[in-house]
Amino acid sequence: MPLYNFKKIAVVPSAKDFIDIILSKTQRKTPTVIHKHYKISRIRSFYMRKIKFTQQNFHDRLSQIIQEFPKLDNIHPFYADLMNVLYDKDHFKLGLGQLNQARHLIDNVAKDYLRLLKFGDSLYRCKQLKKAALGRMATIMKRQSPNLEYLEQVRQHLARLPSIDPYTRTIILCGFPNVGKSSFMNKITRAEVDVQPYAFTTKSLYVGHTDFKYLRWQVIDTPGILDHPLTERNVIEMQGVTALAHLRAAILYFLDPSEQCGHSIAEQIKLYNSIKPLFNKKPLLVVCNKSDVLKIDDLPEEKKRELDVFKESNIPVLSMSTLTDEGVAEVKQQACSMLLAFRVENKMQTKKLDGVLNRLHVAVPKARDEKARPAFIPAAATEEPLDEIITDPKPKLERDLELELGDDYMLDLKKNYDLPEEYKYDIIPEFWEGHNIADYIDPEIFEKLQQLEREEELREESGMYAVPKIEMDETLKEVRELAAQIREKKAIMRQEARVVKRPGRPVMPRTTTAKVRERSVSRLKSEMSKLGVELEDKPDAGYKRTRGRSRSLSKPSAKKMRVDSEGRARSMSRLPRDVSGVKDPVIRKKLKKAAHKAISRKVGKKGLKGEGDRFIGTKKPKHLFSGKRGVGKTDRR
Amino acid sequence: MRIDVCYFCSSKIYPGHGIQFVRNDCKIFKFCRSKCHRAFKRKKNPRKVKWTKAYRKTVGKELAIDPAFEFERRRNIPIKYDRELWQKTLEAIKKVEGIKNKRQAAYIMQRLRKGREIETQRDIREVQRDLSLIKSPAAGLKERMAMEEAIVEEEHDSDMEEQVVEVME
Repeated sequence: MPLYNFKKIAVVPSAKDFIDIILSKTQRKTPTVIHKHYKISRIRSFYMRKIKFTQQNFHDRLSQIIQEFPKLDNIHPFYADLMNVLYDKDHFKLGLGQLNQARHLIDNVAKDYLRLLKFGDSLYRCKQLKKAALGRMATIMKRQSPNLEYLEQVRQHLARLPSIDPYTRTIILCGFPNVGKSSFMNKITRAEVDVQPYAFTTKSLYVGHTDFKYLRWQVIDTPGILDHPLTERNVIEMQGVTALAHLRAAILYFLDPSEQCGHSIAEQIKLYNSIKPLFNKKPLLVVCNKSDVLKIDDLPEEKKRELDVFKESNIPVLSMSTLTDEGVAEVKQQACSMLLAFRVENKMQTKKLDGVLNRLHVAVPKARDEKARPAFIPAAATEEPLDEIITDPKPKLERDLELELGDDYMLDLKKNYDLPEEYKYDIIPEFWEGHNIADYIDPEIFEKLQQLEREEELREESGMYAVPKIEMDETLKEVRELAAQIREKKAIMRQEARVVKRPGRPVMPRTTTAKVRERSVSRLKSEMSKLGVELEDKPDAGYKRTRGRSRSLSKPSAKKMRVDSEGRARSMSRLPRDVSGVKDPVIRKKLKKAAHKAISRKVGKKGLKGEGDRFIGTKKPKHLFSGKRGVGKTDRR
Repeated sequence: MRIDVCYFCSSKIYPGHGIQFVRNDCKIFKFCRSKCHRAFKRKKNPRKVKWTKAYRKTVGKELAIDPAFEFERRRNIPIKYDRELWQKTLEAIKKVEGIKNKRQAAYIMQRLRKGREIETQRDIREVQRDLSLIKSPAAGLKERMAMEEAIVEEEHDSDMEEQVVEVME
């Protein structure tokens, strides 16, 4: 069942707003930069996009409006009729139809201009075509201005309509104006309808809700109805009539016997008769209001007789007073129960219920036989009371003992041990040499121990524990001794090597001398004799005196110089390096030349200041060491 | 009260010593000292830490499997106190321990015996390779040469005599 809620219809903008919205959207959501030197296909597509976009937006917006408004053919006849009464069905349909037409026209315009744009040969032409297209679309929309305004008003009114559910339990109040319909409504619901002492206070339908039998009941207050032909009824009255005609509800027809409303009872009954066809097949209740002013029983006879009309057609007549609340509850009760009965009856007649009833089955099992099968209660449970079973006197508690003995009392828990008397006070050993005795406690341990001992004996016999004597023969002893000596020698050598290879010492200084001390004939002799080789001094042994690698450190003796004419020993300076080791001045000159050549080539090539120039400009040139490195090398980038 | 075994190093934990850790699955880990506790917290595997009993047993440094080990174990079967049984058990414990200790010691000694052989082999190799460090191969060469020469000379002399004899004839 659709729930009628017209509040969600989107706002319908006026024609001017509509155009503004769409055009600004086009401006905002499509590209704006175009130049005439662009490729013509690009220019065309630029303007085509604008036209298409505008058309799409118009189309979407109009479709939305058309879809959101209720379709009169699809909604409940009550609402269809109500809308017809309020807004004029033809007008409404026409408005929506014209919008549909406009939508169609806009689509066509867009289509035409897109086709034309394909042949636009310059930016200017394309722009003109776009301008024309948008202009025509705007004109079409401008013509829809009255329609849009009308639809907006309808939308606003629809949103304010009471949300009447045409399918639920409903009570409709009707009658002449000013007979107390609205006051009754205020009594039974919380709708707070305006009540005034003049006719046509209520100008439209009002909805309130009330509770009865834990159900929600919808109460509809209608505007008063005057007695004249249907065609002459005004919009206000017609609303009431549509409600009466289309809603399947209980109807309360309000009478005013006191005639304060300005209409005689006869007139009121006449109205009842004239709108009677609307009450066809609905539970109806006639309510005589304002009993505080005039009760039905107090009516003059002839007027009472007029009311007999209802009795004849079996319609209950109740009296009440909305002022004093007298009879209001009864009226509500009667109306609700009548409607409930009516709805249940209706439902019973529908085919839907048959399907459910066919599936329902209440099982009533039949008794197997006449035998009674009562619950079983053991005889002991009923006969002996519990007190008799417990005959023991109270056992003696530890506390009683304590009180008895006084200061002599010692707490003894061991006496309660479940052991023979002589064991009770034993001190049970726990440990033996770091072992838990409890871990060994096992009835089978002795058996196992026997087995172990047997095994042990076997082992002893087989000589598993006999230590084999390692015999060392003479050679082995000698070998061992020699090995020890070798190891010692190796250790000494290792230490010496370590001393020589002290780090930080140059491997071979320029001025080094031969290790004179180390390499002596005597030393050689002693070492070799240690190794078992005797060296004899033979003339052909070829031992030589060792000399330093460069010049000799021993100075010529001063005495020898003194013999010289100079008379004084002169120190001899070192030979210059370019002279030392060179054969003669000729070679020396040659060498110098060669060296000069080599040096000057090197200096010229590398741009050095001289031979000794070892300048390095930048150690780490920035361009080689900074930035992200690609595939290249570190030194060439 | 009982003497527990350290989870990490398998040493004994006497009452009032050590610390224990209860994991959230209710397993209790007992440690003899903070060293073991710390090692456990560092997720060390006792089988891979050299100073633990577990390591020594897994790598075969100590006797690991033996029926003598089956006697001491938590049985979780309640047995009512009986003086006789206790006394006899105490005697049995002494015997069992004696056998156990003997076997363990024998195992270790047997293992160590292998080292002797290796040592000898090493000595022999050393002497074969590096004897020249303490004794030159040329030692005594001259004497030997002199000896040989002397023998040759003697032979030579006898030859000469024979020749002389021939000439004489």
